[in-house]
Amino acid sequence: MCATCGCGHEEQIRFTTVGAPEPGQYRQPEHLEDHPHPHSHEHGHGHHGEPAREHEHPHPHPHPNGSVHSQPSGRTVPLAQRILAKNDQQADRNRAWLAERQVAVVNLMSAPGSGKTTLLERTIAEVGPRFGLSVIEGDQETLLDGERIRATGCRVVQINTGAGCHLDADMMARGLAELAPSPGSLVVVENVGNLVCPALFDLGETYRVVVTSVTEGADKPLKYPQMFAVADLVLINKSDLLPYLDVEVSEFEKNVRQVNPAAQLLTLSATHGDGMIAWYGRLELLVTRLTAAPP
Amino acid sequence: MIMPMHELAIAQSVVDAVLDRLPENRVTRVVLQVGKLSGVEPDALRFCFDLAVADTALDGAELEIVEPAGLAWCETCRTEFGLSRPILLCACGSADVRVISGDQLLISSVKVA
Repeated sequence: MCATCGCGHEEQIRFTTVGAPEPGQYRQPEHLEDHPHPHSHEHGHGHHGEPAREHEHPHPHPHPNGSVHSQPSGRTVPLAQRILAKNDQQADRNRAWLAERQVAVVNLMSAPGSGKTTLLERTIAEVGPRFGLSVIEGDQETLLDGERIRATGCRVVQINTGAGCHLDADMMARGLAELAPSPGSLVVVENVGNLVCPALFDLGETYRVVVTSVTEGADKPLKYPQMFAVADLVLINKSDLLPYLDVEVSEFEKNVRQVNPAAQLLTLSATHGDGMIAWYGRLELLVTRLTAAPP
Repeated sequence: MIMPMHELAIAQSVVDAVLDRLPENRVTRVVLQVGKLSGVEPDALRFCFDLAVADTALDGAELEIVEPAGLAWCETCRTEFGLSRPILLCACGSADVRVISGDQLLISSVKVA
């Protein structure tokens, strides 16, 4: 599609279960492989426990957008359609798939270097088993982050987006199928380090978390308002460095409020462990809320 | 050069959506609404659109981008006001503000050959 950088080529996107000698080693076949469900599903099943994906199923029913058949020439056809409708529809299918399994998904977004992977490492070490935590790692290239997560003993699927700068709902569907999270568990998605693009792409996640670090400066919420506007929770990381910086946490808070008055905020240090308890409390709440809800 | 990457994904989404809706036509013109608060840069999108349409039924199609201005509603003083950036703050000091226009990302219409 793109001659300049080769982006948009499906074959550039790679899915790797990091450290798994056999594909599907960590699958939970009793829940996620093909098996008859006694209940019906509005959107139908994907193959092998995968959230249904649009292009794999020729639907006998009319397309939700209704394709318009051959038009007389020179005619203007009104479409009035959201540009990202297709992604949003897939995100809805992912959400339904996750709700059915009572799996909570946290979409972790930040600029490169804000400490997402370090935060994840500590989270896995301290509460991973409690939440049955597994991870989807998004990165343009390399398995480096995936290997860091794998070293903690956590199940992880790495998605390499190639030239792509964000995960989308379709990649998410395939990543979930590969990961096959256990019912009632928590999945954390580490999105591609980027404060712009991931904001626009709904993955079907339960909770959006934006990580920023005190070293990035308090103006980031104002410089990247779209990203901070979609956050349910903003984590201000690297609080251990505050004594060395001319920056106040209150400034971060004020700026986040300006673009997203509803967002919750927590200040923590993923390297030192300060403030992590409150973060685990949020995760606990997510998981209990989801498993308490009727499937 | 640094590729404006999410505009490329947006351009690709436009092409996919149009091909889905009009699988049997050549398309000569596409009209989009890209709101001033949407986070999408029209110039970057134009650049990416030309790449995304290559070898499709939209190849060579003209792209028109309408840019609705940012508009917000303040629940506190119950007035409408313009927003140049997605900073949700009313002149009255209230942050109980919601965006009512400017965040659109829409395909308005297409013209077929």
